[in-house]
Amino acid sequence: MSTARTTRDSAGSARPDAGKPSGRTGATASGAAGGLVDGRADGTVSGAADGRADGTVSGGAGSLVDGRAAGRVADQDGRPAGAGRAAGTAAWAGAGGPFAEPMRPRPLRATGRLLRSELGLTFRRPRNIAMLVVLAVVPVIMGVVLRVVGMDEDTPSIVTQVAGNGVMLTFVAMSMLIQLLLPLAVAVVAGESIAGEAGGGTLRYLLTAPAGRTRLLLVKFANMAVFALAACAVVALAALVTGFALFPVGPVTLLSGTTIPLFDGLLRLLLVVAYCAAGMAAFGAIGIAVSTMTEVPIGAVAGSVVGVVFFQVFSLIPQLEPIRPYLLTTWWSTFDGAMRDPVATDVMTQGLFAFASYALIAGAIAWGRFTSRDITS
Amino acid sequence: MTTMTGEGAPEAASPRGAPAGASTEPASILSRGLTKRFAGGQVAVDDLHLTVPRGSVFGFLGPNGSGKTTTIRMLLGLVQPTSGACEVLGRPMPAGLSEALPKVGALVEGPAFYPYLSGEANLRRYDAADPLADPRTVGARVGAALDRVGLGAAAGKRYRAYSLGMRQRLAIAATLLGPRELLVLDEPTNGLDPQGTREVRSLIKEIAADGTTVFVSSHLLAEVAQMCSHIGVMRAGRLVAQGPIAELTAGHAARLRVETPHAARAAAVLDRLELAGVRAADGEVSAEIGGVPPERVCAELVGAGVAVRGLAVLRPSLEEVFVDLTGEGFDVDG
Repeated sequence: MSTARTTRDSAGSARPDAGKPSGRTGATASGAAGGLVDGRADGTVSGAADGRADGTVSGGAGSLVDGRAAGRVADQDGRPAGAGRAAGTAAWAGAGGPFAEPMRPRPLRATGRLLRSELGLTFRRPRNIAMLVVLAVVPVIMGVVLRVVGMDEDTPSIVTQVAGNGVMLTFVAMSMLIQLLLPLAVAVVAGESIAGEAGGGTLRYLLTAPAGRTRLLLVKFANMAVFALAACAVVALAALVTGFALFPVGPVTLLSGTTIPLFDGLLRLLLVVAYCAAGMAAFGAIGIAVSTMTEVPIGAVAGSVVGVVFFQVFSLIPQLEPIRPYLLTTWWSTFDGAMRDPVATDVMTQGLFAFASYALIAGAIAWGRFTSRDITS
Repeated sequence: MTTMTGEGAPEAASPRGAPAGASTEPASILSRGLTKRFAGGQVAVDDLHLTVPRGSVFGFLGPNGSGKTTTIRMLLGLVQPTSGACEVLGRPMPAGLSEALPKVGALVEGPAFYPYLSGEANLRRYDAADPLADPRTVGARVGAALDRVGLGAAAGKRYRAYSLGMRQRLAIAATLLGPRELLVLDEPTNGLDPQGTREVRSLIKEIAADGTTVFVSSHLLAEVAQMCSHIGVMRAGRLVAQGPIAELTAGHAARLRVETPHAARAAAVLDRLELAGVRAADGEVSAEIGGVPPERVCAELVGAGVAVRGLAVLRPSLEEVFVDLTGEGFDVDG
């Protein structure tokens, strides 16, 4: 009996919730809740709209008390009000209507969809595009200046290398931008993440959708990491194109003096981009943590940028030398390990470890704060 | 007289094998002792026992600042109660949030959208946040929701360019993105012109007719009273009354008013007919009509030689009921 009933009752309501009450009504009558629920989970959806017409669904819907407690379900015959409700649900979910829903939740797919939505917002937002453009323009200007103005004896040797090989422009651009401009861009996106939604009031609607606080935070982290990678890649690409256009290109002489083929040199640049992106993402994690504590996005952005400046000031004070390995900014510039022969894996591994530690701590703080906070904006 | 708790509702047909004391009256929203004390020590909501029956249109009324929005935020899991518990669609909140909320459409404290996105893109954004929403049907669902609130033509316009009324409509559209068992609408008519208000009201009636429970808050009694089946009244963080409108007004009898130059004689007739609360004034007599047909009273009056200039049955307005219930007027400005 149960199978037939479930099949009929799920009629026209592909959304699991709509099928549920019917299943539960059956459960009341037969006392076999488990079987019915399983029947539903197995995907017994059918287009039989007659379920509503013969009144079975109406009766069933009266019992929308609790998803599981069959004992709480009222007798179907006694609930005309509920019957109306059922018909309504069926009408909404009605066959062929736009409200057909998948039978079971797919957390991963749904999270992927939210992340795509998030990325769409981030990368289509004019302000963020402008930041990426600025990041792309700086290496171009550097290249043009080096080409046109040239360099004198005071120019650091690493910069003079650019004149000999355009590939090195990427390296030079990265070491300059990673000090402030790249972190600034990441701080804007990270600081905006939660505080921006809270300040605009959209946070309450995302959470009642319900996005889920942990899920939303994870998506915000992933989005920020993608943006960090994109920002680093934009710098590298712009510098590479400029270098190729304005300077001779050939086998790459590394910082340690050895020369490797051009292709290997480009691979090393990939490593540089990945390492820098990791460092920026770790910083972005701090930005998101700050972002969970305020409803003013600009405050979160400023807060994390001030943090960077603090770190950098600390690392300039000789007396504070002992704490230098614990500063996040210290490890940003060690991407040059990728341009040595062999690759300075020990230093870079330490750097990645520092990034992971910072990201983990910041993530924990953000999670603790965000999942317990009252959303009053 | 006014409270309908789930426990022991007399008319409930008990299901076989139901545990004793189990809730048999299905409630869409149920709160028990719900209290919120904010960090400053201010008690926003105080010991709330709210029951919103399934299928009802529940008007949640109270002056601004009486705790309506904080209650709604607790019901939706945005704010953690200091003490007490609440259930939405049978799920405890906020623990059962992920199961309950996909079936709830909510408008909380006015519209909030991304100003640089179009109305349509905004709805897609919120739809993406619902883990149970089907991405394959999002276009159709968003289109249907926009059409339902009359924004179909403005779908592609940026939210920034929307008028206040359009923003409010878009917020209502966002609550209609999927099949809902419960709509929570916090001040849905804010910022709407009279025409828009009427449209929202008829939309709510339409949705309620589908069987969806509608929980609508307002500080304007007149605006919601006419579409609600049930009402709860908040004052200074406390729920001072709740129940079906008919039940709330039941204790407040309709009065018969007679305009006549023969007040004393008329009063005597009403007394003879055993009407309660006879009050005679200059040129006017009134009494609780009770079950006596007004036409019979009229005939008796005329038979007794009373010159009847006017005769009216005055039903108590909700407003008057509230004055009685709360001991003061329904002061919208708090």
